[in-house]
Amino acid sequence: MKTANAFTALACSMVLLSACDSNDPDPAQYGPNPALPDMETRLLPAMTIAEPVPWGDRQPTVPQNYTVTAIATDLKIPRQTLVLPNGDILVAEGRGGNAPALQPKDVIAGYIKARGTTSVESGDRLTLLRDKDGDGLYEEQTVFAEDLDAPYGLAFFEGKLYVANQDELVRFDYEDGQTRASGPPAKVADLPSAINHHWTKALTISPDGRFLYVGIGSNSNITERGMVAEVDRAMVWQVDAETGAHKPYATGLRNPTALAIQPVTGQLWAVVNERDEIGPNLVPDYLTSVREGGFYGWPYSYWGSNVDPRVRPQDPEKVASAIAPDYSLGSHVAALGLAFSMPVMGEQFAEGVFVGEHGSWNRKEPVGYKVVFVPFRDGRPAGDPIDFVTGFRDDDGKTRGRPVGVTVDPRGALIVADDLSNTVWRVAPVK
Amino acid sequence: MTVTATAVHPYPKTLHPIHATLLAGTVPLFLGALLSDLAYWSSYQVEWANFASWLIAGGLVFSGLALLCALAGLFRSRGGERRPIYFLLLVAVWILGFINALVHARDAWAAMPTGLVLSIIVTLLAIAATGVGLSRRVGVVA
Repeated sequence: MKTANAFTALACSMVLLSACDSNDPDPAQYGPNPALPDMETRLLPAMTIAEPVPWGDRQPTVPQNYTVTAIATDLKIPRQTLVLPNGDILVAEGRGGNAPALQPKDVIAGYIKARGTTSVESGDRLTLLRDKDGDGLYEEQTVFAEDLDAPYGLAFFEGKLYVANQDELVRFDYEDGQTRASGPPAKVADLPSAINHHWTKALTISPDGRFLYVGIGSNSNITERGMVAEVDRAMVWQVDAETGAHKPYATGLRNPTALAIQPVTGQLWAVVNERDEIGPNLVPDYLTSVREGGFYGWPYSYWGSNVDPRVRPQDPEKVASAIAPDYSLGSHVAALGLAFSMPVMGEQFAEGVFVGEHGSWNRKEPVGYKVVFVPFRDGRPAGDPIDFVTGFRDDDGKTRGRPVGVTVDPRGALIVADDLSNTVWRVAPVK
Repeated sequence: MTVTATAVHPYPKTLHPIHATLLAGTVPLFLGALLSDLAYWSSYQVEWANFASWLIAGGLVFSGLALLCALAGLFRSRGGERRPIYFLLLVAVWILGFINALVHARDAWAAMPTGLVLSIIVTLLAIAATGVGLSRRVGVVA
């Protein structure tokens, strides 16, 4: 009892330091007009870091009449996946970033956050998975290409496989049925890689194969590495697949971690991770269609024209021009995967997008740690997200997996890369 | 009856050289942080905020160790001649310095203006602590 009192006293003395309001519940900040509370700054950040434990006998939870299978394990940090025309699956594996610690805080935060991720060494490779007999089990696993540099985004068009390394966009020639690249890749374009605070380079390709779209994250949370470090950052590039020439396609997107082309319309969509350290319910990560030439706020403002006072010098003109995104996924969920669904995924999940949410660190009550489905109607998001794969983080506070990339296999399955347990999951409707 | 005034020196009049070095190092570190804050304030060049963060961390190490020495001194001295004001000033330096470190850990301009104000206060307190700590004691007048 005495000890408990002492702890209470200690906790209360910490109130001074952390303004420790204990409830930052998930406010269901979904849709086009999320509630945006006032900014909060505190002396000690609210943090809950994932406590990794093995899956053991457990599995992720999927809707009734769906099955989930681990189709590859013991990978080296799987991030994004791609389904090839013959049904083979490519997995990009690796860990990037070379941002030095700038402040004492970076040293401490780096140590704390690393506890919530895998300790496996970066694969820097593509692994190919093959299901020879079509039973949904991928019995063949080969290394398709290695010696890459933190490969992340993958795209394919007519015999050309594009891979976005953390520093360059490369191309492999691909023939149907290949299990190993026939040689080293050819460079398409250099990508901004100095510091690489947000190192992941998301990738997708236009339906005609002419243009690649590359998501390039900011080099800081909110310009704390200086404005110079943000040249060519926090934007989506359009890269000519033939010549490698690039131009900024849309800007002010803090960390566009996954890109996808909407079927039929050919519209580019992105999920974007927004800024931290201004409260548990700011700023919502979002899903948005990406307008050519559009500016989405970072760093000067968030969700349209809400000014972020941490940025100096400020830029009222940019703030006035900032576009509000289409759909809030909730603050700090860390959306890292995006895939448009198909009717083959089942009636309830026929039209919409799947979003892989890696899960939060910068709030007390964790959010994310699941794959959600955002239903669409008439080509636009309509309705709240529906849980599709959960159980990555349990009520006991332990975390068994963290979803990253999601890919729809046209044969009727969702492929989910899990970079904590180094597993690729396949979720399919029961036939 | 004759009273003989005798100066008794139960402890050295000046601080131990290591204690003195730790104490004397505190001011330039916190002052450096203050000057860096002023540079950030006027230039918006965020590198100055990084300099300030490390200088404050250094100031906390030096003042923290000086504080330990002062604490030991409190117990060693007889009759409480080592004025507790020196110890209390160092406590204030360290606590406010630590809060200042947390404020400086905020990203970019979020450290301002609180960080600058705290740097001014901490520097003044450090100067006061150093003045009191290094001033020559009159010794004990019995």
